[in-house]
Amino acid sequence: MGREYETVIGLEVHVELATATKIFCACSTKFGGEPNTHTCPVCTGMPGSLPVLNKQVVEYACAVGLAAGCHINQVCKFDRKNYFYPDNPQNYQISQLYVPICQDGRIEIETSEGKKYVRIHEIHMEEDAGKLIHDEYDDHSYVDFNRSGVPLIEIVSEPDMRSAEEVIAYLEQLRMIAQYIGASDCKLQEGSMRADVNLSVREKGSTEFGTRTEMKNLNSFKAIARAIEGERSRQIDLIEAGKPVIQETRRWDDTKEYSYPMRSKEDAKDYRYFPDPDLPPVCIDDEWLEEIRNSIPELRPAKMERYIKEFGLPEYDAGILTGTKKLADIFEETVSLGANPKKASNWLMVETLRLLKENSEEPEDIRFSPQHLADLIELAGSGAVNSTVAKEVFEKMYASDIDPKAYVEEHGLKTVNDAGALEAVVDKVIENNPKVVEEFRGGKEKVLGFLVGQVMKEMKGKADPKSAGEMLKSKLS
Amino acid sequence: MAEKITDETVEYVGILAKLSLNEEEKKQAAADMQKMLDHIDKLNELDTSGVEPMSHILKVNNVFREDVVTNGDAREDMLANAPENIEGQYGVPKTVE
Amino acid sequence: MADITKMTALQIASGIHAGELSVKEVLDAFYASADEKEPKVNAFITLSKEEAYAQAENVQADIDKGIIASPLAGVPVAVKDNISTKGIRTTCASKILYNYVPVFDAFVTERLKNAGMIITGKTNMDEFAMGSTTETSFFGPTDNPNAPGHVPGGSSGGSCAAVAAFEAPLALGSDTGGSIRQPAAYCGVTGLKPTYGAVSRYGLIAYGSSLDQIGPVAKDVKDCAALLEIIAGKDVQDSTSVQPEETDYLTAAGMPVKGLRVGIPKEYLREGLQPEIRDAVLKAAEVLAAAGADVSEFSLGMLDYAIPAYYVIASAEASSNLERFDGVKYGYRASDVNGLHDMYKKTRSEGFGAEVKRRIMLGSFVLSSGYYDAYYLKALRTKALIKKAFDEAFEHFDVILSPAAPTTAPVLGGSLADPIKMYLSDIYTVSLNLAGLPGITVPCGTDREGLPVGIQMVGDCFTEKTLIKAAYAYEQAAKEA
Repeated sequence: MGREYETVIGLEVHVELATATKIFCACSTKFGGEPNTHTCPVCTGMPGSLPVLNKQVVEYACAVGLAAGCHINQVCKFDRKNYFYPDNPQNYQISQLYVPICQDGRIEIETSEGKKYVRIHEIHMEEDAGKLIHDEYDDHSYVDFNRSGVPLIEIVSEPDMRSAEEVIAYLEQLRMIAQYIGASDCKLQEGSMRADVNLSVREKGSTEFGTRTEMKNLNSFKAIARAIEGERSRQIDLIEAGKPVIQETRRWDDTKEYSYPMRSKEDAKDYRYFPDPDLPPVCIDDEWLEEIRNSIPELRPAKMERYIKEFGLPEYDAGILTGTKKLADIFEETVSLGANPKKASNWLMVETLRLLKENSEEPEDIRFSPQHLADLIELAGSGAVNSTVAKEVFEKMYASDIDPKAYVEEHGLKTVNDAGALEAVVDKVIENNPKVVEEFRGGKEKVLGFLVGQVMKEMKGKADPKSAGEMLKSKLS
Repeated sequence: MAEKITDETVEYVGILAKLSLNEEEKKQAAADMQKMLDHIDKLNELDTSGVEPMSHILKVNNVFREDVVTNGDAREDMLANAPENIEGQYGVPKTVE
Repeated sequence: MADITKMTALQIASGIHAGELSVKEVLDAFYASADEKEPKVNAFITLSKEEAYAQAENVQADIDKGIIASPLAGVPVAVKDNISTKGIRTTCASKILYNYVPVFDAFVTERLKNAGMIITGKTNMDEFAMGSTTETSFFGPTDNPNAPGHVPGGSSGGSCAAVAAFEAPLALGSDTGGSIRQPAAYCGVTGLKPTYGAVSRYGLIAYGSSLDQIGPVAKDVKDCAALLEIIAGKDVQDSTSVQPEETDYLTAAGMPVKGLRVGIPKEYLREGLQPEIRDAVLKAAEVLAAAGADVSEFSLGMLDYAIPAYYVIASAEASSNLERFDGVKYGYRASDVNGLHDMYKKTRSEGFGAEVKRRIMLGSFVLSSGYYDAYYLKALRTKALIKKAFDEAFEHFDVILSPAAPTTAPVLGGSLADPIKMYLSDIYTVSLNLAGLPGITVPCGTDREGLPVGIQMVGDCFTEKTLIKAAYAYEQAAKEA
């Protein structure tokens, strides 16, 4: 009691790579599909089948490693990890143990406590398993090998993290790197990024490590945070009661907010790793390494800084725009086509993100072209359309990338800037609404909005509300 | 001197290899393994210090495939030999955890 | 009418090409021979007559139209039962695959079909190629046609027996530690193991992945060379396969061996080697010398370390390769099981034979935690030294001449009781698998009991043409002698 404990956390993160084919065969990695329709003798472990490595996997793994500051092992090999399970068609997984592709990197994270580095122990390539589905009411389980052989990279960190906040900051950096490189979309909920948390506790000030446990089944940042809190408490309780912390793997149940051990007596956990004789070594020469290095796009921190300096955007805006590479790319291209950066920023930050949320879509799903956005910004900026019309047109653009200039022409949506026509309507509205006019003259400024609304109605929305308001004000004063 | 093969060793190896042996078979297996290991012991006469373990004979590396889908739906074929085919999935007894 | 079954494959092909023989009548002849001899010999696990005759019809039509001009078009061939043949049961002579019908062809199977060859059936072997006598087969042993009551050798005993018994003119075998060359010697036929990587392993049900190679078995060197030409070449499906620079192997037969540097390792001719075999090797040396070769003895170390290194590596790889046989996706599944892990254990324990289980256990052990360095890595280091010894030897020699086995064929049932003794019968052959080298066995007479004697020629990597040149020269000269 009264002792202070420090939580020590390391992460093993599996990232599903966004390649078209699996790591060792030319089956599609496309999600969905009826069970076992994306399979072949290789990924179903048929006798006599042999693996052939997908080059793109090497390039993605290497790029992620470089972006994470890793040393690249320019000669690396594959090893077999042997264990029996139905979702593992060969009952061995092809992975890398002895010479992984990347080692010794680091990721900078920023939390409320400031900046720090989380070191990366290694990154290696491996194949994913299939899906084993259990039926509650049946004494059977079912195996679907569609996901078997999907390429993964596993990113193993050193136990450098000390809180859920740091863990989440680290994961967000990893996700950003993988997304920016195009290696993966890293969605926890969809399983394209999976985090296993290794956690132990020790008294603050101690340099020895306590016994750690591994936690799996963490499908959201919130679940990760809760699991960390829960496991920390559980371990501290044990220690305070004088009981040992058992090294084991635990499954987190987020609905019940507790974990339970995933112990299997049937598994000796002796994987008998040995170099896979079916796969020759991978040699990345200096030339290829340079090519991969050059293919890494400007990453988020550098991009944010540039947006602030070059476009004079506030940090907040820069942060939102660089949230995903797709959004950033659209922004940059729109600006390169002549749009005002602040305006482009607003359209993306406000209207675009709103519509994405409403439609449960991601920036990758954005359909409108930067050219069209630039055109719309021009139309609105020049006063050719008013803000209401601009928003309408934008929604059409969002839905099906219509050409805003053409659309405005076709539907005659241009703001009528003819002062004479406006005046006529303003006079009409004043005449038809004596009571409201009196209220306005009486001091009730708010009712101006109603009158402006009437003008807009008369003009079928094609007036500039600002001008209408000003004209009304001057006429009524 | 070669490793001594005990009952525990045979038990352990059986778990790794998913083989269940009866008492008779375990005794035989222990004796066989002991004989084989004694024979393999010969390798300890050889000085291999400084020699790299050779896992690949040929100086071949970088055998790659382009990231292009060329396989289609082969479900029927893949399940043709399945001892239990349940609606396009392989059926297995439940894991008794 | 000459007995078709006694003709060589090239003679048969020639006859078919010339229209003197039909593909069907050739097939009839070999099936008649098989039907007659199989009850005693048991060289085949499956005779795929229906498929063969259907194939024969198509091939005959293509030959008549001039579409296929391959040098072995229309010739029947037997295929070892660990090589995948689409639609034809492929069992590896194991209960665990007793009903497995592949849905794809091995690369070599495709090559055979494209060359218009007719696959007549799948031959008997040691279970999963683990053995040296073909006695561990789930489908019973094969009887050596040239030494009844004796083993044909293994693990490609069925392929060699089929050719020796004139049940097929050609066969494909596989060789991981001598499994083509040793049975070829025991049966008195010609068998060749190519350089590692020269023939694709795609579709070969793996035993020791870094050691396995598929190779031809035939009545003579030319037939072997012709079949090797059909199957050799890089396959994109096998990451360990390599395109040999030259694949016109047949042209090497007949080339002069003048100046060919032939070496005989002293250590190979020591005690333990059956005297008649020793004499055969020395006689072969004389024959080659008379033909113009430079023959001399030299020292080649490492012989005693080959078997232990081989068994560690082969069983380690096998223990992993055979993990996929678990009753889930194909093959035998135990009934009356209590949950998943029980199914795994029962299926594998009931499905695998004793020798296979023995090697799986040894393999799992040498890879297990705490022993990996002392056994597996040690064996890989030994392998490197063995390769080095051969590299040095091949700086001075083009061909190494050696026995193929320490004895002639043992009696059936005489070997299995002492596994170590059985393993030692591979002593002259395993080094080649460890070093990736090509080797050919050619028959050279019989011992005083009438059991066939064979000798082995070894070449450096990708020097199959040199081997064929030397083997052919010996074969022709020995005929005349």
